[in-house]
Amino acid sequence: MNARTDFTKTDGVAAAAVLASAIGVFITGSLTTLAETSQLLTTALTWSGAVGPLIGKTGVGVIVWLIVWSILHAIWRGREVNFSAIYTVSLILIALGWLLAFPPVFKAFSG
Amino acid sequence: MTISEREFWTVLHGMVFGTIFLLAFSGGFAGLWSLNPELTKVAGIKERIKRLLIGMWTMAIMAWLTVFSGTYIIYPWYRDPDPSSSRSLLLANAATKAWHTFGMEWKEHVGWFAPILATAAAFIVTYYGASLAEKDRLRKAVLVLFTTAFAASAVAGLFGALLNKVAPIR
Repeated sequence: MNARTDFTKTDGVAAAAVLASAIGVFITGSLTTLAETSQLLTTALTWSGAVGPLIGKTGVGVIVWLIVWSILHAIWRGREVNFSAIYTVSLILIALGWLLAFPPVFKAFSG
Repeated sequence: MTISEREFWTVLHGMVFGTIFLLAFSGGFAGLWSLNPELTKVAGIKERIKRLLIGMWTMAIMAWLTVFSGTYIIYPWYRDPDPSSSRSLLLANAATKAWHTFGMEWKEHVGWFAPILATAAAFIVTYYGASLAEKDRLRKAVLVLFTTAFAASAVAGLFGALLNKVAPIR
């Protein structure tokens, strides 16, 4: 692990990492709530009978995170972006992800 | 003096990975906080980055090991339909039901936020390195990601410890 010392790096790479992680958190939280509303979705997310739908909720969250990260990284690398705006959106997505994964909230949508 | 396979994995998941995670967080947080030209000279920042990277990647790796071992090895034992499983025992008693419906259901989902956020934070520190000291906005954003990852782990770890007291996996 070599520490880089290039002081001219743009914010694009950081923005991609921050926003993608926030989207991963949001997707995981959203699927937690959505699975409560749809038996069909719960079944679709149950990739393993032993683990149940948790494997699909978290699996989709991780897969989406990695895909979004690689796309945003490729697009924003070397570019100056509006980091403050992207960071604010990311914080909102992370907060929503937490909220949607909170049992009293997702159970309120339970059928 | 014996320990079952299930107890071994529970200890590894909660105490070994969890303890290393906590230690790495403490080091990483202190390193990130002090990565500030006003607090540390440039030579000190470059020297500090190496330790910071070790701490942050250790935390990220431990977070992944914790969620993988928890979800794919321990959780199936916990949720086994057998009446003697931890989940069955908790749900069978109105006084303990909420340990599953609130505690376990929060823990199993929120715990996955930790490795995602910790990996993003570690990647940013790796990419920007010492230049992060000059980018105060980015450094603070990484601190927030890193601390949020810790908060997710704290929720999961706390309920994990409590659940293991109320309905241990054997």
